[in-house]
Amino acid sequence: MGVFDARPDTKLKTATSSAPTKSALTFQELLFELQRFWAARGCILQQPYDVEVGAGTMSPETFLRVLGPKPYSVAYAQPSRRPADGRYGENPNRLFKHTQLQVILKPPPQNVQELYLESLAAIGVDLHQHDIKFEEDNWESPTLGAWGIGWQVMLDGLEITQFTYFQQCGGIDLDPITAEITYGLERIAAFLQDVDSIYDIIWMRDVKTGREVTYGEVRLAEEVQFSVYNFEQADVEKLWQHLDLYEAECKALLENAVASLKNGDTTARSRVPVLAAFDLCLKCSHLFNLLDARGAISVTERVGVIARIRALAVGVAKVYVAQREALAAA
Amino acid sequence: MSAFLLEIGLEEIPARMIAAAQKELAERVEKLLTRERLLAAAHRVQSYSTPRRLAVVVEGVLAQQPDVQEELVGPSRKVAYKDGMPTPAAVAFAKKAGVEVTALKTVTNAKGEYIGATVEREGKRAADVLAAELPREIASLYWVKSMYWRAGKPERFVRPVRWIVALLDGEVVPVEFAGVQADGLSYGHRVLYGDAPVVISAPSAYVAALESAKVIVDVEARRHKIRKDLDAATRTLPDARWRENEELVDTVTHLTEWPTVLLGSFEKEYLTLPDEILVTVMRDHQKYFALEDANKKLLPNFLAVLNTEVDAAGAAIIRHGNERVLRARFNDARFFWDVDQKIPLVDRVEMLKNVTFHKDLGSYWEKTQKNLKAADYISKNLSGYHSEEWTNIRLAVELAKADLTTEMVKEFTELQGIVGGLYVREQGLPKEVAIAIYQQYRPQSSNDEIPTTKLAALLAIADKITTITEMFKKDIVPTGSKDPFALRRAGAGVVRILVENAAVRDHLHLIPVIHAANQTMEADKDLRFRVFAFMLDRLEFYLQESCGVRLQVARAVRNSGAVEAEDDSPGKLVGYGYVAGFARVLHEQTGSPDVVAVAELLKRAANIQRQAREKGINPPDMESPSLLHDPAEKELARQVTEVNAVIQKNYREGKYNEVISAIASLQSPLNAFFDSVMVMVDDEKLRDNRLALLARTVSVVRWAADFSELASISTVA
Repeated sequence: MGVFDARPDTKLKTATSSAPTKSALTFQELLFELQRFWAARGCILQQPYDVEVGAGTMSPETFLRVLGPKPYSVAYAQPSRRPADGRYGENPNRLFKHTQLQVILKPPPQNVQELYLESLAAIGVDLHQHDIKFEEDNWESPTLGAWGIGWQVMLDGLEITQFTYFQQCGGIDLDPITAEITYGLERIAAFLQDVDSIYDIIWMRDVKTGREVTYGEVRLAEEVQFSVYNFEQADVEKLWQHLDLYEAECKALLENAVASLKNGDTTARSRVPVLAAFDLCLKCSHLFNLLDARGAISVTERVGVIARIRALAVGVAKVYVAQREALAAA
Repeated sequence: MSAFLLEIGLEEIPARMIAAAQKELAERVEKLLTRERLLAAAHRVQSYSTPRRLAVVVEGVLAQQPDVQEELVGPSRKVAYKDGMPTPAAVAFAKKAGVEVTALKTVTNAKGEYIGATVEREGKRAADVLAAELPREIASLYWVKSMYWRAGKPERFVRPVRWIVALLDGEVVPVEFAGVQADGLSYGHRVLYGDAPVVISAPSAYVAALESAKVIVDVEARRHKIRKDLDAATRTLPDARWRENEELVDTVTHLTEWPTVLLGSFEKEYLTLPDEILVTVMRDHQKYFALEDANKKLLPNFLAVLNTEVDAAGAAIIRHGNERVLRARFNDARFFWDVDQKIPLVDRVEMLKNVTFHKDLGSYWEKTQKNLKAADYISKNLSGYHSEEWTNIRLAVELAKADLTTEMVKEFTELQGIVGGLYVREQGLPKEVAIAIYQQYRPQSSNDEIPTTKLAALLAIADKITTITEMFKKDIVPTGSKDPFALRRAGAGVVRILVENAAVRDHLHLIPVIHAANQTMEADKDLRFRVFAFMLDRLEFYLQESCGVRLQVARAVRNSGAVEAEDDSPGKLVGYGYVAGFARVLHEQTGSPDVVAVAELLKRAANIQRQAREKGINPPDMESPSLLHDPAEKELARQVTEVNAVIQKNYREGKYNEVISAIASLQSPLNAFFDSVMVMVDDEKLRDNRLALLARTVSVVRWAADFSELASISTVA
């Protein structure tokens, strides 16, 4: 099984660690349990989105689904790329790509906080043995024209979750409001397993042999190589060209979309590729992050590029809502 | 007499907003009851809060409003009765008032005779009034930031409302807000008590009922418990004390419902990191209290305030978790420290071109260049400082912002400046430069320390005045409560440094400071004027708030020649330390009869001048001695010249009492002058000469203080 092949020198975790790791979930079990928990509470389980994003919020399952009146509940893991956060795999707490477990509840049930606390119990956190606090932390993304009100959830002094009541997205005021719960899976896993480095997290444990595979074995090479690319080798000139190309295509799609939604029949309207336009917008956002990590964006350019991407995100949100409305009215 | 309880149950309110909201809710409820005549003379209002609730208990509520007799006035008698018979107008009025037509009476007032009626109004039940009025009061609570959560967005509030308790004695008051109907059920601590409701039988039972549900609703009781527990945990370490921090105590008080304190530790090796960094990580990022020994040396321990109560096993788990987080944070800090040293600060200055200072004002690199120009100018006004120390001045200003490019400051933004100073020291640059950069952002508030050295003062002043001037240039000016770039604080900081810093206070005046930030002053006089007026407002405020002088004295000094400095040639300007020193002494003397008397005389002189000006008379700048005829005017002219010399000499030596007595000594020549000399005579030459003499008199005194401001102060004050 390729990378999972056991090698004789593979670092095996012994059970002598001082911490309560005996029953702690592996990284993949943590994901299973959270997915199981939210699926049992009416969430659609989605797969990670297959375009580079900086956060689960940018997946269309959040960014677009929170728009408009239709109720929607979904949960998905989202590998999130933040080129500037890469540390060549040398920092035990920082990653270029971390994994979020994103839960979207639209509209939020009255007992949404209690549900969240139950989900912690489901992954083995006995709240009677821990200290939990909801501390003010509002979220804002100027590039997405989005903001919300909420908390960071602190467990024994560790921020494990961002909890947000979305108020605006793509420049559009939301109604109904959506609750977004974002679990930082690496942090939570490291906490549960009581390891000091993310790379020591046990990703999986073979039920039969007890063989363990660490996070480092699965992901370290990726962290190293992408840090090299993001900080050193990404071709700045080409990145700018890519940005221009994706932007131009996104704009063109949006312009066509506006015309088709105005004039077309129901079939024509439903065929308008708003979702493809959003992918192109996400590409631009990722390219911006890469350029930023390369230190290629000057002060004066920065504001301008953010405004360009925001214009795309706002444009997509508008067209998405218009398409939904046009189809609902038909 | 009844008691009333209102509790609004919420999802966690931001800690920083709770105290104000608790106070406002209590005030609103009290005002409502007063307005509705439902509050007994003997009453008591108590308010409570936790992260999940705001509450108020009022004892001394009337069950019902008192009945009132109301006198209504209707149409005039002439309209109401025709031939002694009630007209439809009278009938309609009687109906509206709810009385029989026969019960109408005649009311005579200034305008004539009208019909009237006496109406008995029955008082409403307190429960009805409260149910009707409270939703509006709750909805009106002020929040810095609020949100929507319900479909259709019917209301905005700080966080979703989850329950409401409203009880008048044992009876539920049917208040409804945000779709929540009040009842008598509250909720306890999320974990320690769980989801079961807590029955509140009556307002008087509120505090105890919640205490048994593991919630201390009384904020002061919680604060007290936290302080006591911090002390107790500290006592387990020999000779230790926790670093007092009222703000942090306040924050954790508002983050907990059932606080307990936990002592944790970290590896000694982290103590090699600077205290500033360790404490910032603990305090700002983890909300931990730092511990120190008797010599104020940091100990490898911390105190965390928990919102729960656990047994020894639980405490071990929580301690372990918190220690783990702190270790990771310290590791980060050490990593940042090491990585940052790879590029010394001197090589980071260029990188500032990529750090925005303000979107309309360019980068920090440009800001640095402006600061440098200002520091150059100001140091030339600090007797020889420029020529002696320019190398260090330049280095300090150029490196001052370089720490903004470091990983450490990106992570711990509140440490800007401090990190720069620590790195300068680490990188073997002059100690003077390190101190200046370390202290450049001081003072952060009116009770924060000011920069201690000359170089630090210079850097802080140059940085602040440049920011103010550049912002004013772009019309970013504080208005009302809006001051997003804290320009008032920056201005007040400059004033405080000018007055208080021992190395500059004898030498530096505000005028060259303002010049320094806008050296193309000729082209931009209006900007200079606006910045100056803004700074003088800060001075006036500072003199009142920090020096304790009364308003009139602050104004008199603000308008003085020493401050306004029409003549800003070298040697003419006085250091601001003198200005404040003089203001203090003048404040003490304002009540004395001599000062009041001379102030009144000077005011009279100023009035005569003003009236002449209004008539279009323009006297010469200086009186001509040959035109002085009357002995009284000759004497006044002589004494004014003498007093001027005394003022100028003594003020600069800090002998303020001498300055004031010299001014007071003008009382007798001025009296003699007004007794025997007529100013507004027909002979224009003579008239203008006397006006010039008076003008000089006023101006000589006004150099120290505008005494006309002091005339109104009564001697008993």
